[in-house]
Amino acid sequence: MSAITRAEVVHLARLARLDLPDDALTHYAEQLDAILDAVAMVSEVAADDVPATSHPVPLTNVFRDDTNQPCLARAEVLAQAPAAEDGRFRVPRILDDEEPA
Amino acid sequence: MSTLVDYDDALSRYEPVIGLEVHVELGTASKMFCGCPTTFGGQPNTQVCPVCLGLPGSLPVVNRAAIESTIRMGLALNCDIASWCRFARKNYFYPDMPKDYQISQYDEPLCTDGYLDVSVPTPDGEVQVVRVGIERVHMEEDTGKLTHTGGATGRIHGADYSLVDYNRAGIPLVEIVTKPVTGTGALAPMVARAYVTALRDIMRSLGVSDVRMEEGSLRCDANLSLAPPGEPWGTRTETKNVNSLRSVERSVTFEIRRQAAVLDGGGTITQETRHFHEDDGSTTPGRSKEEAEDYRYFPEPDLLPVAPDPVWVDELRGTLPELPAVRRARLQQEWGISDFDMDSVINAGALGLVETTIAAGADQAAARKWWLGELARTAKERGVDLADLGVTPVQVARVAELVAAGTLNDKLARQVLEGVAAGEGEPDAVIAARGLVLVSDDDALLAALDEAIAANQDAVAKIQEGKVQAAGAIIGAVMKATRGQADAARVRELLLERLGA
Amino acid sequence: MTDIVRMTATQLVEEMAQGNLTSAEITRAHLDRIAEVDQDIHAYLHVDREGALATAAEADAARNTGADLPPLAGVPVAVKDVMTMRGVPTTAGSRILEGWLPPYDATVVASLRRNLMPILGKTNMDEFAMGSSTEYSAYGPTRNPWDTSRIPGGSGGGSAAALAAFEAPLAIGTDTGGSIRQPAAVTGTVGVKPTYGAVSRYGLIALASSLDQAGPCARSVRDAAMLHQAIAGHDPRDSTSLAAPVPDLVAAVREGDVRGMRIGLVTELGGEGYQPGVEQRFREAVDLLADRGAEIVEVSCPNFRYALGAYYLILPSEASSNLAKFDGMRYGLRVDDSDAGVEQVMAQTRAAGFGDEVKRRIMLGTYALSAGYYDAYYGQAQKVRTLVQRDFAAAFADCHVLISPTCPTTAFPLGEKVDDPLAMYLNDIATIPVNLAGNAALSLPVGLAPEDGLPVGLQIMAPHHEDARLYGVAAVLEGALEDTWGQPLIEKVGG
Repeated sequence: MSAITRAEVVHLARLARLDLPDDALTHYAEQLDAILDAVAMVSEVAADDVPATSHPVPLTNVFRDDTNQPCLARAEVLAQAPAAEDGRFRVPRILDDEEPA
Repeated sequence: MSTLVDYDDALSRYEPVIGLEVHVELGTASKMFCGCPTTFGGQPNTQVCPVCLGLPGSLPVVNRAAIESTIRMGLALNCDIASWCRFARKNYFYPDMPKDYQISQYDEPLCTDGYLDVSVPTPDGEVQVVRVGIERVHMEEDTGKLTHTGGATGRIHGADYSLVDYNRAGIPLVEIVTKPVTGTGALAPMVARAYVTALRDIMRSLGVSDVRMEEGSLRCDANLSLAPPGEPWGTRTETKNVNSLRSVERSVTFEIRRQAAVLDGGGTITQETRHFHEDDGSTTPGRSKEEAEDYRYFPEPDLLPVAPDPVWVDELRGTLPELPAVRRARLQQEWGISDFDMDSVINAGALGLVETTIAAGADQAAARKWWLGELARTAKERGVDLADLGVTPVQVARVAELVAAGTLNDKLARQVLEGVAAGEGEPDAVIAARGLVLVSDDDALLAALDEAIAANQDAVAKIQEGKVQAAGAIIGAVMKATRGQADAARVRELLLERLGA
Repeated sequence: MTDIVRMTATQLVEEMAQGNLTSAEITRAHLDRIAEVDQDIHAYLHVDREGALATAAEADAARNTGADLPPLAGVPVAVKDVMTMRGVPTTAGSRILEGWLPPYDATVVASLRRNLMPILGKTNMDEFAMGSSTEYSAYGPTRNPWDTSRIPGGSGGGSAAALAAFEAPLAIGTDTGGSIRQPAAVTGTVGVKPTYGAVSRYGLIALASSLDQAGPCARSVRDAAMLHQAIAGHDPRDSTSLAAPVPDLVAAVREGDVRGMRIGLVTELGGEGYQPGVEQRFREAVDLLADRGAEIVEVSCPNFRYALGAYYLILPSEASSNLAKFDGMRYGLRVDDSDAGVEQVMAQTRAAGFGDEVKRRIMLGTYALSAGYYDAYYGQAQKVRTLVQRDFAAAFADCHVLISPTCPTTAFPLGEKVDDPLAMYLNDIATIPVNLAGNAALSLPVGLAPEDGLPVGLQIMAPHHEDARLYGVAAVLEGALEDTWGQPLIEKVGG
């Protein structure tokens, strides 16, 4: 089921926003392949009719009332920012204008 | 610049398929997953907390009012309400998104499979009702707002850096996605516009959002493809962020003309997102990506499934107001007027005003006549909505009553309404102040009539020869002498009596 | 009088109640102990001397007014660095959060404050709780007080080592696949993973949201029960928080009785791969439980063999999403080449700020969730999760609690598995099923393995919401063991 390729690792690194050097990409390709081999045993389980569990405790409908709560002080929030300007977070320029949906 | 084909030409060869995705900010007091206020226009980053800033360790909790609003939307759009559904994370990196994933719904939307009927005027003056299928209605959270700084234009290209305000991040959004709408032909752009208009009206009447389009609280993505009649659907483009009713119509029109030109030239349509430009109504392609996005959706583990109890859904159903389309149909039937006349009322934004005026005692024809005539003209002159003119339905009903009783004629009635609109008070006060009373006292009329007869001997001769239509000149002279306040019908009777005709 | 730092929380509460000790004295004794030994142990990433002493003074002042105090008022506690604390450095063991001062308290931290418990500091951990040895901390490993050439377990090695080195009487841990229980086992301390939702996750920097659970770490069962009681309860800020009232766990300790109780030995959690000394001490403990009147039965949970695989798909998947927010835009590290665009800055920051294991799991999770692989990996893992729950349900239909060794081996040497992720993952084989199912478990020290003289842990597992059963059984076994030893096992540390 596995046999992860180096090209896939390059794609994953981009999806995950990890700027990895070449040797690291090779290293991860090998390790991910080994790990995927080990976890592939889950596919041995015949579970077609088994429902998936996403939440360990079967609760539903947990809501809050539509009321306002205190906000954080802007100064405290922006003090943690790597860069801020005019009461806003300053971020590097956005080269890709393809704003996601 | 794109090559364009003449619109009618394009429609003579291709059948358009449209699809619309509309995002609307709900009008809840607090955000989707935290208690921060949703008010527009606050100082940047003052309406934020650990949750909507996505700080490490923070957790979302669903706003019950947002769920209720979405279910009510779904019910109003004739959707099925899921008995069990989950939120999902949509994973992608973008600096306006604090967690670098958006909490949304993926394959388990809260509402599915509904429809909305919209009315579109056809070129031959008829009204066509088009049923727009609703694929899904689901909930998600809004992103923060980016400001691009440096460079010449303030646009994203050429900017040196960007600034982020997260006040908007986490405001509840409802996304309404249509099924592909086919068979609308040349009406496609108007169907798109009518659909978004109808959605807006429904959301306002439900009170789930006040839909301030100028503040960006309704955002529309318009999909369009063309194919020759009978052929399979063509490749579609998605025009993003079309944010006014007019723009919806224009962007669809533009894409029809552009795609037709590409297809005419033997080209193929690229599946892509496009940007709409308000200034010239054109669309241009977004920068295409080297690889398709992979959002890696999975069920949001921090939120529990939503399983609306049927009793709760029924309660919510009970809170639905009469929806705009139902109300229109009912009123049209009650008033017994044509589709065309009804559309005139709706297009003038006078539906509620006319309805209330009738309720205040006016005849339906009179109510329509005054609102769509004199008052609509005044509103247009002043550049305001009819409802903001300062004239109430009760006042219009009073004027109609006086006309029906013969106390006012149309000319005087117009003057009364003009006075009311000018802030001179109630109709009766305007009548008293301006002395606008119909003169039907025979003595006063006869005095004026005799003067008119003396001055119009030619007309008298014609009347006596049997050319009764010549009476108009004499009646006109009497009206002029009484500054329009004479009862014209009585003047005519008196004239014919006098001349023994 | 016993050295202050060697006292249990129960003893400290008693001494304060008697007026023999003040919270300030107790807190200062622990701060002095930290100053003395932590350079060798490295249990703490940050010591909040001023904050701890301020709370101690507050607790002492409250006691002097004769006010009704919370049971643990004045008893110091250490908190795993994965919990946010307003204005106190919180790193989750990662370079990417170096210097971050959270603007808010985790609910657990707020509970500790409300209980007037001085917070001594933040304890070391594997980066973002990924690991079983604390060697993946970006700030250097913690050492096991029993043998400083050995690992203290992980990810919560700092909290466990702080207890075993007498640098804190109580500590907070978090357990995603065993991160409370395995460190407890290898340091000879007690660690409890409560039922999922029993303790709020608000302010717990998420590793895998559907598996994470905070819980108490202590040197005795009763101490753990008291701390558990102090931090548990419904939190409206955590949607997955349980609404049910917290059972009286201290009463469960007091009234513990295993007579007539059916205790299940899980066949699949033992045998091959388990160190002989671990199995030996485990069997001796089982015999003690039988002596005290429990009925011991074997139960099989056949799907547990797939648990490790499912866990290492679910965890990285959720983690890859939870850790996306660390992008250098709003807080923490930013690596910014002046000319780079935002995407590049994010990728550089994350490459520089995350360690090797974190990157590995992010990549694994990204893969497991990606289009075309979701059903085979993540989807299938969620089904296995259902099967593991069914195995537990069947076993608990027959038994009050289940038991197993907490982990296959005693503490292994530092460096032994650091470059072998798969070997590291196998450490969690016995603790993982409980996280997948969401029920409760406790690790109790049951002796030293004859071959290496290092502590062995026994795991007790209870159904959802039945955390009290853990304490009842553990209290009986702890008493029986101490009767055998003549003193608590922890007294042998360093000796």
